[in-house]
Amino acid sequence: MERLSIIVVERDRDRALKIVDGLRASGDHLVTVIAEETGLARRIAEQQPDIVLIDVADPSRDVLEELALVSGPLERPVAMFVDRSDEQLTRAAIEAGVSAYVVDGLHTDRIKPILDAAIARFHMFRKMRAELAATKAALEERKIIDRAKAILMKARGIDEEAAYALLRKTAMDQKRRVADIAQQLVMAAGLLT
Amino acid sequence: MTDRLRLGYVPLTDAATLIIAQELGFAAEEGLALDLVRVDSWAQSRDLLGTGALDAAHMLVPMPIAQSLGLGPAYPAFDLLMILSQGGQAIAVSKAIEERLRDQGHDFDFHDPIAARDALERAHSGVLRVGVPFPFSTHAELVRHWLQNTPLSARLQVHTVPPPQMADALASGEVDAFCVGEPWASFAVERGVGALLLPGRAIWAAAPEKGLVTTRAFADTRPEATGRLMRALWRAGRWLDRPGNRGTAAEILSRADYLNLSPELCERGLLGRLHVTSTGELRDFPDFIRFHAEGATFPWRSIAAMMGAWMAARHGLDPGAAAAKAAECFRTDLYRRHLREAGAHLPGASARIEGAMRAPTQVAAEQGRMILGADAFFDGHVFDPAFPTR
Repeated sequence: MERLSIIVVERDRDRALKIVDGLRASGDHLVTVIAEETGLARRIAEQQPDIVLIDVADPSRDVLEELALVSGPLERPVAMFVDRSDEQLTRAAIEAGVSAYVVDGLHTDRIKPILDAAIARFHMFRKMRAELAATKAALEERKIIDRAKAILMKARGIDEEAAYALLRKTAMDQKRRVADIAQQLVMAAGLLT
Repeated sequence: MTDRLRLGYVPLTDAATLIIAQELGFAAEEGLALDLVRVDSWAQSRDLLGTGALDAAHMLVPMPIAQSLGLGPAYPAFDLLMILSQGGQAIAVSKAIEERLRDQGHDFDFHDPIAARDALERAHSGVLRVGVPFPFSTHAELVRHWLQNTPLSARLQVHTVPPPQMADALASGEVDAFCVGEPWASFAVERGVGALLLPGRAIWAAAPEKGLVTTRAFADTRPEATGRLMRALWRAGRWLDRPGNRGTAAEILSRADYLNLSPELCERGLLGRLHVTSTGELRDFPDFIRFHAEGATFPWRSIAAMMGAWMAARHGLDPGAAAAKAAECFRTDLYRRHLREAGAHLPGASARIEGAMRAPTQVAAEQGRMILGADAFFDGHVFDPAFPTR
């Protein structure tokens, strides 16, 4: 069977590499990454790929939509379209955050393993991104609480344990989170000095 | 009971209706809690609506028409329930073209499509690449209509460029001109990479720009929520068209969680007072964008038919059949049913001859009479839905 030519549109290098790995593991394909949005339509048209994969939320997607249409007489037609071969697969892909443009006439059996591989990678990214955001938020809160504790220790001459106990009691009394109380204290202290 | 709806919007000035409905409590008054979901491409908006991840979306008026003609992915049918805005687009040209136009004595009056077109034809030789936000957009139709039957139309290439990238595309020479919704035209002027030539409404006075779109299944199976949403947006549009409110709207739109641009930039289109060049030349175009007044929100089936016929002709489909098919996705029936109780003026007919009114005109309404805004094309084009192929 002829090798399939796949283009991955992805700015983030690490993400792009991981997608490429996933695709290569699913078969012997020719995979190219385009990381730049300038001239996207032209680059894709030149390469004439069988499949283009792009993040559902990528603003450059609308450029691909143009390729998906039968073009006017002046433009070179690239008969690609949003994959509509298998409704469930399309839905799964969009939910995972990947959208696929497929050349006219490509058989579903050949599209499916590639989309499956892409979907798996995109699910992984989503999980990683959520974890990263949660870790970052927790770290930020920890920093703010530490600063609030230091302010209290200095202003009231108490030790760290007592400062934290005071923050926690205030938070409970006000039905707020410790981090929110700490944030307010840090801001107020900033205004007073 | 509170209905919770997920509503998609693309960050543009004309998303104001949704944002104001949420921020000023028009949604809450109807017992609606809106989750406004920011989307960054029109294709994404279509996909999220098509797969049920959104209940409704702020969408380019030609998009549900394209779906109904089979020019997109195979999703359940989409319907347009009401028009959310008219106008709001501007055509801009590159710095190089601006300079040549100026050398020829063009005055950038921002009002005369014929003078602007003739000047552009003299100022630019070779292929004219024009950026538009999406293949199925009022912008693409306006540009094509403006240049049709002139030598420029043979040299025209329409390219899709996402609005926030328009200024870069113009600066780097990817395109020679563009037609985009505010604030992205003013953004390019502010960056000093181009000049504004014309507002969309100078080409077509009633150019419908965005609509409220849901799946047909949603509109038909959840009439209560659909009605609430339509009334909330209709009242937000009415608020937006009251004199004096546009400055407040610009402040709200400019916030980081919406457009994240300066209020001054967001205000230009809303006030119809635009800087056409980076040296600050001001032009007033009253009602540059309209959200409500003079029947602007009524989803005329004849508009769908006309746009359907245009799109069909370009994509090798039968224009007559396409006009009939397209007209079905503009839900004048739901507009009447859900907005009657809110006090909307309801025209006596659901289709009309498009382009026939050069000035605001009194017409028969369900009760008494109502005034409809001008809807003429600059070149006198008319479309009769009874004869869609002429």
